[in-house]
Amino acid sequence: MELTFFNVAVAVTIAIGFAAINAAYLVWAERRGAGRIQRRPGPNINGPLGLLQPPLDGIKLMAKQLIIPGGADKALFIAAPVLAMAPAIVSFVTLPFSDTIVAHNLNVGVLAIFAFASLGGISLLFAGWSSRNKYAVMSSVRAVSQAIAYEIPMLVTVITVVMIAGTMNLTDIVAAQKGGIWNWNIFPFKAGLFNPLMTMSFLIFFICALAETNRAPFDLGEAESELVAGFHTEYGSMGFGLFFMGEYANIVVGACLTTLLFLGGWSCPFGLFPGVWWFLLKIYVIIATIIWIRWTFPRTTIYGLLNLSWKILIPFSLFNLLLTAGLLKVF
Amino acid sequence: MSVPIHIQPDETFVLNVGPQHPATHGVLRVKMEMDGEYIVNAETVIGYIHRMHEKMGELKTYPQYYMNLSRMDYLGALGYSHGHVLLVEKVAGIEVPERAEYIRAITVELNRIASHLFWFGAFVMDLGGFSPLMYALQDREHILDMLERITGSRLTYSYYRFGGLYNDIDDQFIESAREFIPRMRKSLKKYHKLVTGNIIFIKRLKDNAILSKETCRKYGASSAVARGSGINYDVRKNEPYSVYPEFDFDVPVYPEGDSLARYNVRMAEIEQSLRIIEQGLDKLPDGPIMPKKAPKIIKPPAGDYYQAVETARGNFGIRLISDGTKVPYRLKLRSPTYSNMHLFDETAKGMLIMDALAFMGSLDLVIPEIDR
Repeated sequence: MELTFFNVAVAVTIAIGFAAINAAYLVWAERRGAGRIQRRPGPNINGPLGLLQPPLDGIKLMAKQLIIPGGADKALFIAAPVLAMAPAIVSFVTLPFSDTIVAHNLNVGVLAIFAFASLGGISLLFAGWSSRNKYAVMSSVRAVSQAIAYEIPMLVTVITVVMIAGTMNLTDIVAAQKGGIWNWNIFPFKAGLFNPLMTMSFLIFFICALAETNRAPFDLGEAESELVAGFHTEYGSMGFGLFFMGEYANIVVGACLTTLLFLGGWSCPFGLFPGVWWFLLKIYVIIATIIWIRWTFPRTTIYGLLNLSWKILIPFSLFNLLLTAGLLKVF
Repeated sequence: MSVPIHIQPDETFVLNVGPQHPATHGVLRVKMEMDGEYIVNAETVIGYIHRMHEKMGELKTYPQYYMNLSRMDYLGALGYSHGHVLLVEKVAGIEVPERAEYIRAITVELNRIASHLFWFGAFVMDLGGFSPLMYALQDREHILDMLERITGSRLTYSYYRFGGLYNDIDDQFIESAREFIPRMRKSLKKYHKLVTGNIIFIKRLKDNAILSKETCRKYGASSAVARGSGINYDVRKNEPYSVYPEFDFDVPVYPEGDSLARYNVRMAEIEQSLRIIEQGLDKLPDGPIMPKKAPKIIKPPAGDYYQAVETARGNFGIRLISDGTKVPYRLKLRSPTYSNMHLFDETAKGMLIMDALAFMGSLDLVIPEIDR
């Protein structure tokens, strides 16, 4: 496709629109899902099935006053929620939904998305530091140590996948997995590459994605029962709203990446009708799993979380990297 | 406004947890001196909802004061009322019909289960798991509905009278209580599956805040806090009162002394309470619920009296010094949570804030009962 201004504008608008609508409606889905798990209805008053809840919540949040606490660092305080939301949305520009639906097919798509994702940690640091609140500072310190600990195994796992596919282009990574469920990176039966550890790699990536998006059971950054609300303790109004939407946009990015890297993207498990519907089905199954996990598990401890990363995930993902490299050399 | 902050490398800071904080479940305040995430020193500050219950005891007549007892602990109110009526009956020499005592035991145990269920939900919520609270509240709702039918209220019951009860139980209550027992046993199995076996849950609680027997004795701890540290002490067994000697039940004791042991004790206590209710319903005798000659005005002879009961929160004692008039000379309430809470200051030293707050959850604090 020709790269004209009009094309780019439309593609980017659609990508951002998808991200924003998803972020808003995942809040609704999460609350309905939580309601189902906890045997209560969840939001069901506004509109059919409570579908008008997200826009009304948005209006409510926008109508509220943004209170900046005295002594807060104003510039950082305002920048933090924007930094939480913006990188997640920008990531969608490079995320392919099928071999034709992609806003901008970047050759280093994986790299770009991880570069954007690592900005999320900075936003938490900004929010915590600028709030001038002890709880927020403690939370942001936790969030940063968590981000560092979990980016390493995540990236190592991604390198494994990139090595198998031989490219950093997300569309090509998916193309390398097409042709049925046994060709997906999650399963070890890939033609010419019998690596039984890839299933574990998928789990590592999934756990890291949970930790990177600050989701339960790794939501130490906003541990309500200890740190009140963590880094966004002092945020009200749309500042809080942006953090909230950013979290959900990040979940969508995480689910998309998991699907693209391990679950064969838009390819069908039985080789029939590959297309965007398979992709959407896969990401929403992953998102539902993430919601389900949140409402089932208690929170880990900060040392449990770091131990898991440094003592289990990082050695294991490094080992798998070596094994994959060896297998690639042999076959 | 912008004041530069100079933090020295070894400097500690003070974190005020409470009086409004999600983990304290009420208006308890803990002044924590923190070194990063580690607690250097913790100091519990109480008294934010002090209501002078003990002073009121010196001003009101016995029937007037009876209402105050159920306002102390809003989760397990019947146990406290039970202590008071037992004391006054002992002091004034009132005979209680057997049926009334059985119904008291049944309702107290139901209330104990309700209290433990709420604690279970809130405790798991302290650890970051939200859903068990909703399940626990649903089971608790069943109990509250049952108690509401016969007592007329849902939390702050004034069901007992000096000498008996306000209201007899009916067939519907017995039926729903019988229905409740298997249902609760099923729920308990579900809770064990959902929570007790969870690896994160076990990892967080195992070896968390180990309390030695000596520490528990030093602070006068009771309830699951003491029994979780291997102290086999339950007022219902050790100083039997009411009709408890006629029931066959065990006192769950776990020797580990960590938060998981305290959790296990309370979950096992629900099971034992169910057994007591089952036996109580089987043995429930017919007869009146109030004695024929209940005195209108209670004037105990001068003296010093004490009655202890095992409430949902532990060993609750009332000491009454009477000078022979209609109002007590002094009424001292020994509330179990007050003693249990003071374990926190000593034990929390050197702990991470996460672990310390998990430990606080395992103590089962109800703040109005501490402040009285």
